[in-house]
Amino acid sequence: MLPDFDLTDTPVSTGTTIMAVEFDGGVVIGADSRTSSGAYVANRVTDKLTRITDKVYCCRSGSAADTQAIADIVAYSLNYHENQTNKEALVFEAASEFRNYCYSYRESLLAGIIVAGWDEQRGGQVYSIPLGGMLTRESCTIGGSGSSFIYGFVREHYRPNMQLEECVSFVKKAVQHAIYHDGSSGGVVRIGIITKDGIERRIFYNTESGASAVSSTPSFISSE
Amino acid sequence: MLNNYNSLAQPLWQNGPAPGAFYNFTGGQTPVQQLPRELTTVGPYGTQHSTAAITTGSSVLGIRYDAGVMLAADTLVSYGSLARYQNIERVFKINKNILLGGSGDFADIQSIKRNIDQKMIEDQCYDDNIEMKPKSLASWMTRVLYNRRSRMNPLYIDVVVGGVDNEGTPYLANVDLRGRSHEDYVVATGFARHLAIPLVREKKPKDRDFTAVEASELIRTCMEVLYYRDTRNISQFTVGVCSAKGCDVEGPFQVNENWTFAETIKGY
Repeated sequence: MLPDFDLTDTPVSTGTTIMAVEFDGGVVIGADSRTSSGAYVANRVTDKLTRITDKVYCCRSGSAADTQAIADIVAYSLNYHENQTNKEALVFEAASEFRNYCYSYRESLLAGIIVAGWDEQRGGQVYSIPLGGMLTRESCTIGGSGSSFIYGFVREHYRPNMQLEECVSFVKKAVQHAIYHDGSSGGVVRIGIITKDGIERRIFYNTESGASAVSSTPSFISSE
Repeated sequence: MLNNYNSLAQPLWQNGPAPGAFYNFTGGQTPVQQLPRELTTVGPYGTQHSTAAITTGSSVLGIRYDAGVMLAADTLVSYGSLARYQNIERVFKINKNILLGGSGDFADIQSIKRNIDQKMIEDQCYDDNIEMKPKSLASWMTRVLYNRRSRMNPLYIDVVVGGVDNEGTPYLANVDLRGRSHEDYVVATGFARHLAIPLVREKKPKDRDFTAVEASELIRTCMEVLYYRDTRNISQFTVGVCSAKGCDVEGPFQVNENWTFAETIKGY
């Protein structure tokens, strides 16, 4: 019964699509808005882009409870740290703290997290913390179950140092493609743009016209 | 599986291993509360199991030559079968005498590397210009890994430790998740253990060590073979070289690949 590397044991997918991309001047983060409980959609308008500090956000995938609990702790801790040092927290500080929790309690948690933001020291940064609790910085990263379907799309269309608007368009399309294929992802596409001036939030709808509300087809029964 | 000690029944013997139960090597029954939190937090398998490795690095290869050692590993960390992170350094310069190549669960590699970096900082604080030797680090790692495995909570890693000591004598060893360690002129983890070691042993001259040129040629050949035959490999790799002259991790390099003969294969 000796432990061994079980490379055939593909880890469990975590429902959601999340994404973060560095661009010239900051980062763009994106996510879908579906919280699923098996086959039921528990929340169709979830906000998975969670504020840690004004300029550091995290994208949460995996167990909603686990990621909310950790995000709350890290946000509290960094707020205290900012109070004590009178400086804005670094993105790496948030990422490192997330990683410490995700690694220490790796056997009890199901949390795949992307930490992204802007600080004065290193500008826009994106850090990926998958299941298991390793930490790595990437300029473009995707996560959650829906991400499996867009690895090809992202590889084909990502370029480093994009301009803001093309970066937003890239993230929005990628998440939309993932939502199309993944049953555990859905709803709207939430986008966040983090720069030295803080965050700007945008929302994109998956209706054909792009409008937020669409009226249904008129009655099938001819009025007579 | 746990034996229930009925308070009326006499235990078989005092202060020793109980058949089928988890034996605590500190002697006597340590109450569960004294164990660290990561061993007492309830997880999907309880406290006596660890999850399998999640984000993993594949093979690491180490070759000892006359003046030092070379360690090579590709730059991939996989997530099951998915080639998730394709630009990760897995060979580390620990200090001017030591190189460490890490395979297995990458979060555990990062964790033990943090501990090792702290040890190196302690070393610097003595301010005596003496840096830790590779054999000492290998010894320490063996003890840590054996202790973790004995508590049924292993670090899922398989590492190659290599370097030179103060006289410039090369040292190369492999330490695994069970706390098993052995020293040799060629060591490897994962697939390289099966594919690369025989290749290197065949080329070993009987009466002398490899030269630097021979060693680097062997590394190149082995990385090529591993790229062809290991499904959890990519063609980019880094090589750490440590000798009395210096210690550095070089790369990333690309594997020399040849597929020309594929068009000659028709049918089955």
